[in-house]
Amino acid sequence: MSTQAVDVEHVLGRLSEIPLGEGRAYAVAGRQVAVFRLRDGTVRALDAVCPHRGGPLADGQTDADVVVCPLHAHVFDLRTGACRSGSGDVRSYPARVEGGQVVVALPGPPGTSGSADRTG
Amino acid sequence: MARRARDDDGRRDLVVVGNGMAGARTVEEILERGGAEQFRITMFGEEPYGNYNRIMLSHVLAGLESEDAIFLNSMAWYRENAITLHAGVRVGRIDRHARTVRATDGSRTPYDALVIATGSSAFVPDIPGMRTVGRGFHQGVFRFRTLDDTRAMIRYARTHERAVVIGGGLLGLEAARGLQTHGVDVTVVHGPGHLMNQQLDAAGGYVLRRGVEALGIAVVTSARTVGVLGDTEITGVQLADGRVLPCDMVVVAAGIRANSSVAATSGFLVERGIVVDDQMHALDDQGTPDPSVFAVGECVQHRDQVYGLVAPLWEQARVLADVLTGTDPSAQYHGSRTATKLKVAGIDVASMGVTAPERPDDDHIVVSEPRRGLYKSVVVRDDRLVGATLVGDLEKVAPLIQAFDRGSPLPEDRIALLFDLGTAPAEVGVAELPDETTVCNCNGVSKGTIAACVRGGVASVAGVMDATRAGKGCGSCKTLVAQVVEWAADGDLVVDESASWYVPGIPYAKAELVALVREQDLRSVSAVFAALAPGGVEDARSKMGLTSLLRTIWGADVVDERDGRFINDRVHANIQRDGTFSVVPQMKGGVTSADQLRRIADVADKHRIPMIKLTGGQRIDLLGVRKEDLPRVWADLDMPSGYAYGKSFRTVKTCVGSDFCRFGLGDSTALGIALETRYQGLESPAKLKLAVTGCPRNCAEAYVKDLGVVAVDGGRWEIYVGGAAGAHIRKGDLLATVDTPEEVTTLTGRFIQYYRETANWLERTYAWVPRLGIEHIRAVVVQDAEGIAATLDAAVQASVDAYRDPWKERDDPAEPGQFRTALPLTVLPQVPVR
Repeated sequence: MSTQAVDVEHVLGRLSEIPLGEGRAYAVAGRQVAVFRLRDGTVRALDAVCPHRGGPLADGQTDADVVVCPLHAHVFDLRTGACRSGSGDVRSYPARVEGGQVVVALPGPPGTSGSADRTG
Repeated sequence: MARRARDDDGRRDLVVVGNGMAGARTVEEILERGGAEQFRITMFGEEPYGNYNRIMLSHVLAGLESEDAIFLNSMAWYRENAITLHAGVRVGRIDRHARTVRATDGSRTPYDALVIATGSSAFVPDIPGMRTVGRGFHQGVFRFRTLDDTRAMIRYARTHERAVVIGGGLLGLEAARGLQTHGVDVTVVHGPGHLMNQQLDAAGGYVLRRGVEALGIAVVTSARTVGVLGDTEITGVQLADGRVLPCDMVVVAAGIRANSSVAATSGFLVERGIVVDDQMHALDDQGTPDPSVFAVGECVQHRDQVYGLVAPLWEQARVLADVLTGTDPSAQYHGSRTATKLKVAGIDVASMGVTAPERPDDDHIVVSEPRRGLYKSVVVRDDRLVGATLVGDLEKVAPLIQAFDRGSPLPEDRIALLFDLGTAPAEVGVAELPDETTVCNCNGVSKGTIAACVRGGVASVAGVMDATRAGKGCGSCKTLVAQVVEWAADGDLVVDESASWYVPGIPYAKAELVALVREQDLRSVSAVFAALAPGGVEDARSKMGLTSLLRTIWGADVVDERDGRFINDRVHANIQRDGTFSVVPQMKGGVTSADQLRRIADVADKHRIPMIKLTGGQRIDLLGVRKEDLPRVWADLDMPSGYAYGKSFRTVKTCVGSDFCRFGLGDSTALGIALETRYQGLESPAKLKLAVTGCPRNCAEAYVKDLGVVAVDGGRWEIYVGGAAGAHIRKGDLLATVDTPEEVTTLTGRFIQYYRETANWLERTYAWVPRLGIEHIRAVVVQDAEGIAATLDAAVQASVDAYRDPWKERDDPAEPGQFRTALPLTVLPQVPVR
């Protein structure tokens, strides 16, 4: 059994940078992450790149459940990253808002603890 | 990998090798019989996808269906049914003694029961020049079997001009027709003497050939290909008689061969396919059935038959599932009588049984009308139908299939098999079909199944199609499915309204939706969802259409929610495959100046524009602009947007007109510029491309535009509407002939506004005009038969007044991060890790 990666939380920026119902892309810890601010206030985070042809998911249109890739309209579940239109899935990451900041938990290097990286 | 403990949950391991239509359908049948309680299911698929409908690849190639639409089971289906799917993994060997399969990724998976459903692959004859040494196929040679094959073909066709398709069977003709839609000149080369020789006799093949040639596809029969010419680029193919057909791509559609090598090397009996018994058990090389190994689909040889059609495969899957799950341990497959009903390159073809009489006493009734594209033949033996062939008219196909399948009695007057002799209307036909009659051949759905579904409470055609999958294969039976549903519902049919909804998430047709939006004063997309969507649930796929509609209704008084817009409309540029954008400045009527050109050149230099392209709408396209650079590019251009990205009024193409052209009858350039100035940027249900041309030579292609104006003798102007010359080709209908440019301008505005108010979302004028009928449109727009002309004029005037160049947002972004990159094209804003 190999060591398992432990999620590390990262503060990406102010929630107000993301207009309601839209997404924005962030580069963090070697990953490209698309963060979506849904109309009900929830934030969701997925890999930023569509596995089909590399489309920018942050430019996609969303509703409470899914984002639609702007290039070929592949549909991804915002909670799980599962593709609902037959292409590959994307990773989803736990995301939340704290003090007006978007916080996303990404798998850290194996062995790091979840809290060491987060100073609040 | 250690074998899983058998007793962990009491279930056995079922491994399915092959994730095509046969493998996935078999698993569905197994699950339907409660198989999930008996088996842990693992599937291996060579292609890196879920399961898709291979039959529909020809529609994808022809651009009639999106890739998404042909998927039968998405990745989520496998998850929901707890199926472990190894997509993109090939199984290299089956170890019958250890009961494990070995995949080429090195893994070993144990099985208690195994299903081999490896399907078939394209047969490629060994023709010199087709393969390059050590590198597989020549880059310009394609097979037509998988989604990847289809994608590769589409990509290559975009930059190539002439294709030779080797093989004039069903697949070859579908490939030819599909390639044609990409602007490729196609020649079909076929070895036998007539097309589709497996299904048609020579006379039927000839009628089909005329139909195919009428589509602009060249056909060469009795022709053997002996060489593919050209090194890096293909230059032609050589035929055995010495002829060379010039071409720059080659598609091989010369039939299929069962994929049986894994079975063969693993000790199973393989002839033309994997040999199975009547319970679908694979035989070992001693001829003994292996009780734990089954095979199904195109890889299988059953009673000396190998099937290349989908219906037999469904029957096999049902028997296999009955036996494996123990639902019916004595179930047997006795082979299929194959009757096929196809649309070949748009031409209806049906065939069953023999194609020609074989005995002196066989009755043979033939009606052959090549000029009408019609061919019908039936062969009757001992008062039973043993063969039928239909080309061009399938009206009688259902009773013929029934007579063929069931041996039902035939009319004394044999000609009545081919034509209604004025007695039996079509509705009676549906009622009289026995329940067992197969309605959908692709998915093997009978009339009885459809009727049972309706009796079970499903009361719409779409609902029945979803539940039974009838009509979800090639689609050619949709009309018959609808007829059976109507018959079964006996008047209680719920009209399938979702088909008429303006957008999928709001249950109203456009006219009702517009009325409700006005009545309830709904001015934002979120307000529409809250008030009108079931449960107030928003729907991503509906947002763009609603945004457009609200702007049409409210003009500048709309509450602009940017998430309601597609990315192109958020940043006023057209997104490209790499996530960059294209910038097309306005160039009214296609007229420019030295100053504009100089500025464009400077911008291209300064921003290192990777590609500058002249568009079909007589403008200049700057491609490869990064999102974050858009505001600066617009500022440096200092020209208004050309709207080359929106569902909106795009451009007016013009010819030189009367100023310089020695043939010019009217000042087309001035009129084109006037039209573009007035109607620039108007949102519409789909894009609007216009043209004005100065004489009937029609250099600006006005006959094939959404609205095209042609100057004719006597200073008059003809207005054509509903033309198209893209994926769809249609000559526009003459709306009116008028005396002055002012009248052209007024009627254009009124036409556009009527289109904006009544067309469905994404319905181009080439569909909308024939749907409403040119006479009706002329009555409303020209003759004001409904008394709404003044209202239409006022509405379009309000939209004209609300115009604002969107590229002005460069100075005053509409929202935070509007022009921030969304892709790893460059370094993204780096977030410090704290």
